[in-house]
Amino acid sequence: MKKKLGIAVTVVALASSLSIGFTATGANAASKAGSLPTLSQGTLTIGTDDPAYTPWFDNNKPANGKGFESAIAYAVAKQLGYPASKVKWVKASFNTVIQPGKKAFDFDINEVSITPERAKAVDFSTGYYDVAQAVITTTKSKIAKAKTLADLANAKLGASVGSTSYSTITDVIKPKGKPSVFDTNDLATAALKNGQIDGLVLDLPTAFYVAGAELSNGLIVGQFAPKAGSDQFGLVLTKGSALTKSVSAAVNALRANGTLKAIAAKWLASVGGAPLLK
Amino acid sequence: MSYQPSALRIEREAARRRASRHSTIVALISTLVIALVLTIVVAGAPGFKLVRESFFSWHYAVSAFPHVLSGLWLNLRVMIIAEFFVLIFGLLIALARTSHSPILYPVRLLATIYTDIFRGLPLLLVLLLIGFGVPGLQISWITNSAVVLGTVSLVLTYSAYVAEVIRAGIEAVNPAQRMAGRALGLTQAQTQRYVVLPQALRKVTPPLLNDLVSLQKDSGLISVLGAIDAIRSAQIETAQSFNFTPYVVAGVLFVALTIPLTRFTDWLTRKQDRARVQQGQW
Repeated sequence: MKKKLGIAVTVVALASSLSIGFTATGANAASKAGSLPTLSQGTLTIGTDDPAYTPWFDNNKPANGKGFESAIAYAVAKQLGYPASKVKWVKASFNTVIQPGKKAFDFDINEVSITPERAKAVDFSTGYYDVAQAVITTTKSKIAKAKTLADLANAKLGASVGSTSYSTITDVIKPKGKPSVFDTNDLATAALKNGQIDGLVLDLPTAFYVAGAELSNGLIVGQFAPKAGSDQFGLVLTKGSALTKSVSAAVNALRANGTLKAIAAKWLASVGGAPLLK
Repeated sequence: MSYQPSALRIEREAARRRASRHSTIVALISTLVIALVLTIVVAGAPGFKLVRESFFSWHYAVSAFPHVLSGLWLNLRVMIIAEFFVLIFGLLIALARTSHSPILYPVRLLATIYTDIFRGLPLLLVLLLIGFGVPGLQISWITNSAVVLGTVSLVLTYSAYVAEVIRAGIEAVNPAQRMAGRALGLTQAQTQRYVVLPQALRKVTPPLLNDLVSLQKDSGLISVLGAIDAIRSAQIETAQSFNFTPYVVAGVLFVALTIPLTRFTDWLTRKQDRARVQQGQW
């Protein structure tokens, strides 16, 4: 199950040679260029967090069009009638994304899961990625050979704050001990390396990246069956934004013409199957 | 023959009453005006409804309260244990720094280096260094519990602050007191214990309690190591609902926690001031 850094690097190199975000998408559905009521007329402002993590972004540079979410963002922009040159990126931390009131971006793309409760505070586009949660560990951990949910019951598990991964621990795995909650995946990974936690729950693509590229002895224990109504990432907009409809329509169009799938295949190709934990 | 106040006095008292009535009315009007302006500015703000819903939602306050409260229980344990050790270590370091014996020079030097380093290092850095660095050493008999290592970091940092406060108190005691103690036949140690320290600690009680209140709030920082305290619980709730009310709940609980200590500090300071006035030390 162990993925090596080499694979990820090859995939990134291959994919960067034909950056799909710029090429795919049917321009036929595109609205008139610059006609939407965006923050600054004629430009589309897109927010994401800093640092922006691999494999969602590449090298913390959202504007390079590489990485799954960067490619998605440019595809959506193109669909809305904004070429890459008319796209401006701004940094938006999680708190600024969820705060009430006007945002500093037209939409934000940062692995935000859509839930009805959150939708009371912000607008979401339709989902652009169906995400599964997975648990990773190191070869010397006591859960390295876990096969079932019950095998994880006695493990000390960690997740980063604000993530669906945390609710996966509390709602799906339900271990005996309290989970550890970290500010970022980096700190959580450090705790896993130190053996302060036995396992780390992440979304599946990040799990493959961390287990393969950041840990020298990392491995994926398995993934979890998605809950009913499944977990989807959506673009975040200001509550009641005039753009929500157009952005959702753009995402739907990209799903219909296969672009979403193609971008996922390009950038998240290393995400293979992981055994399902029941 | 009853007392007849002079015309001058009657006039003076009437003037005082007029002045007092006048100030009451002015105070009342100015309070009303300020309240009105605040209400208009805040409640009339275009986003008021949204902010009220996001920060003061009763629904989310009720649902978050048990989680935040269970997190606060961790804060409470951490702060009490940390305060206990901080006071002990702070006192020891202060005694080391104010010692005069040549044989204790290395201790003095170490104490000085210690306070210099740990007063200068931001607490967050100490937490990260101890919390992730020590377990990284993979020494089997050292715990890798986030709570224990976090408490150790708090003790390390706050002992340095408290040591400096106590040292200031010790140095503020007039040297004549020490000499008087020695002249009465007390040993060096007895003088320290019965003459110097009681006066020193009394002088620095308010700043000392100030540091302890500060420690209470900083106990929440150990959450960077993975422990779930009150603020982290609030953050988890907030991330699930995108509603900030849980933070307000945590804030209210923290204030409720520190108010008794601050009131106690005020009371103690007032009591000391009164005592000093009576002793003519003012």
